[in-house]
Amino acid sequence: MMRRAVLIAVPYFWLMALFLVPFIIVFKVSLSDTALAIPPYVPTLEWRDFRTFLSQLDFENYIWLTQDDLYWKAYLSSLKIAFLSTLMTLAIGYPVAYAMACCPEKWRSTLMMLVILPFWTSFLIRVYAWMGILSNEGFLNQFLLWAGIISTPLTILNTNTAVYIGIVYTYLPFMILPIYATLDRMDASLLEAAEDLGCSRIGAFWLVTVPLSRNGIIAGCFLVFIPALGEFVIPSLLGGSRTLMIGKVLWEEFFNNRDWPVASAVAVVLLLILIIPIMLFQRNQQNQAEAGR
Amino acid sequence: MPEDVFAPWDDPEEKPLIRFQNVTKSFADSIVIDDVSLDIYEREFLALLGPSGCGKTTMMRMLAGFETPTSGRIELSGKNIVPLPANKRAVNMMFQSYALFPHLTVWDNIAFGLKRSKMPKDKIAARVEEMLKLTRLGKFAGRKPHQISGGQRQRVALARSLAKAPKLLLLDEPLGALDAKLRQETQFELVDIQETTGTTFVIVTHDQEEAMTVASRIAVMDEGKLIQVDTPDRIYESPNSVYVADFIGDVNIIEGRARKQGADLYGIDWADGQRLLAVTSERAFTEGQPCHLAIRPEKITISADKPVHADNAVQGKILDIAYLGNLSTYHVELPGGMIIKAQTANTRRMSPRSFTWEDAVWLSWTVTAGILLAE
Ligand SMILES: Nc1ncnc2c1ncn2[C@@H]1O[C@H](COP(=O)(O)OP(=O)(O)OP(=O)(O)O)[C@@H](O)[C@H]1O
Ligand SMILES: [Mg+2]
Repeated sequence: MMRRAVLIAVPYFWLMALFLVPFIIVFKVSLSDTALAIPPYVPTLEWRDFRTFLSQLDFENYIWLTQDDLYWKAYLSSLKIAFLSTLMTLAIGYPVAYAMACCPEKWRSTLMMLVILPFWTSFLIRVYAWMGILSNEGFLNQFLLWAGIISTPLTILNTNTAVYIGIVYTYLPFMILPIYATLDRMDASLLEAAEDLGCSRIGAFWLVTVPLSRNGIIAGCFLVFIPALGEFVIPSLLGGSRTLMIGKVLWEEFFNNRDWPVASAVAVVLLLILIIPIMLFQRNQQNQAEAGR
Repeated sequence: MPEDVFAPWDDPEEKPLIRFQNVTKSFADSIVIDDVSLDIYEREFLALLGPSGCGKTTMMRMLAGFETPTSGRIELSGKNIVPLPANKRAVNMMFQSYALFPHLTVWDNIAFGLKRSKMPKDKIAARVEEMLKLTRLGKFAGRKPHQISGGQRQRVALARSLAKAPKLLLLDEPLGALDAKLRQETQFELVDIQETTGTTFVIVTHDQEEAMTVASRIAVMDEGKLIQVDTPDRIYESPNSVYVADFIGDVNIIEGRARKQGADLYGIDWADGQRLLAVTSERAFTEGQPCHLAIRPEKITISADKPVHADNAVQGKILDIAYLGNLSTYHVELPGGMIIKAQTANTRRMSPRSFTWEDAVWLSWTVTAGILLAE
């Protein structure tokens, strides 16, 4: 009994300490007003006069978010970038996962290693490496010039294209692995059965392979979409001044404007936007667990 | 021979539906099907019988189009089908592992093949309902495969392969997971379907009784070779080898040497100091040729006293009695140590057994009871 209570308490404690408490703090800051102080907002928590403290909180910052069109444009632009890069990751990741699952058994663990290998180096270093590749004097342009495909260097770095490249590159393993897992589990005789019943190879792929890897596709898409939406490092390093992403706006509010309350409001709204896909993702995982029994 | 007996294999005019011509299949280093030639006729119900790993599934997969023979031809209605892909063959297969689509309901699984054939929607629905009724799956139509029992899954697989009413239906151990009663009913159902639809069936089974019940012919395989292909009664009564005799049903094998005694009458010299065993044989044996006498237990009569007019009679001692309900099998030890099984039908209820352990008894059989085999 005791043991079970402890076991259940551990994840709840984890959730409380690492998610709920910080969230409440951020939420409280978002209801405060900015001030020239340390910390740079008022009111600070006062237990002695809790009533006045509460009365000083308001939703002003949220109203501000709707008034300046920078914010909703940034949200929309982030959604668009996250959505499109998820599609691109899927378009690249699915064939890779499929090829891995079709490979002879002895190659699979090696291929799996190769997919995970980039995680062994720091994410930042890898993004900086992309700067070196994509810049006007970078490897890509040098190669294309050398090969005679182009005569003037392409401007890729500091554009949205570079952001897409960065996001797709970074999150590709998150797409490949869950899809590979579902394809790997699939019984090859199902494809034979489909063919036996008159399906062509391609027909069998769409009618059997794709539906059976649905859970992997959904899991992969969420694993890419959710972090990509709030992505900050990639747009600020690879993107240009015109790349609008909410993660970057958030950073600028916090550190350039030192407007913690507005930044917190941006974060809370971002979380609310993310809650829908996160819940959908959870449901998918649950369905998968049930069907897998 | 009367007109209505179904025996196309005896008619040289008859064209086979399927013709295996010297088909060999090898995987990497091992030969799995070894130079098999076999004709399967329209409306036939052929049972493939053989020990595990002898190549039954491989034969089926070559027919369905999932394996290409290493050499040889396979013809369907006179046309070579080896280059034809599986989805272009009028052949359906029920897989040994069922291979049901886990993301589709029972209904959609059965409809899968029909939907690929440009059949109008209402016809598909009618056909699926028909199949559900046949396999008694009506209640489960809306369930997914993981929500039904093993036997029900097997029936779904059967229904799915039957739905398209193919020319040739391949069933790889279709009834293994069913209980005895449902199994028997399904067997009769299969025969019924076969008779109404005229579909040709090839069925793999490990159950000899099943093969006997449903098959028009039985093909006995061993290590990739066809040992004998014949009607069930001929397989049982006139096996062509000790292997077949031993594989199908219970049999006593007595080894000895042949001594010619008449036109087709032989005496078997099987033990020193014992009378020769008399047997007729259509197959010719040379004087002194080593041979095997195969006798089914039910053809041996057991009695307390020495039978007077028996063609063959030996004395022994009861070692063991196996009661099987409808039958009793007596294991009788002969003086040389050889054990012979004799079977009697239990025609009366609760009648006291005439013999018990350690009783000295006589076993007797006629000249035509056994069959003489070279190997
Ligand atoms: N793809 C393959 N690669 C290599 N060997 C194979 C392959 N498929 C089958 N075999 C071998 O071929 C032989 C015959 O296999 P098959 O599946 O036809 O046996 P079976 O008669 O159906 O046996 P069972 O009654 O156990 O189902 C076996 O020894 C098997 O190991
Ligand atoms: Mg098999």
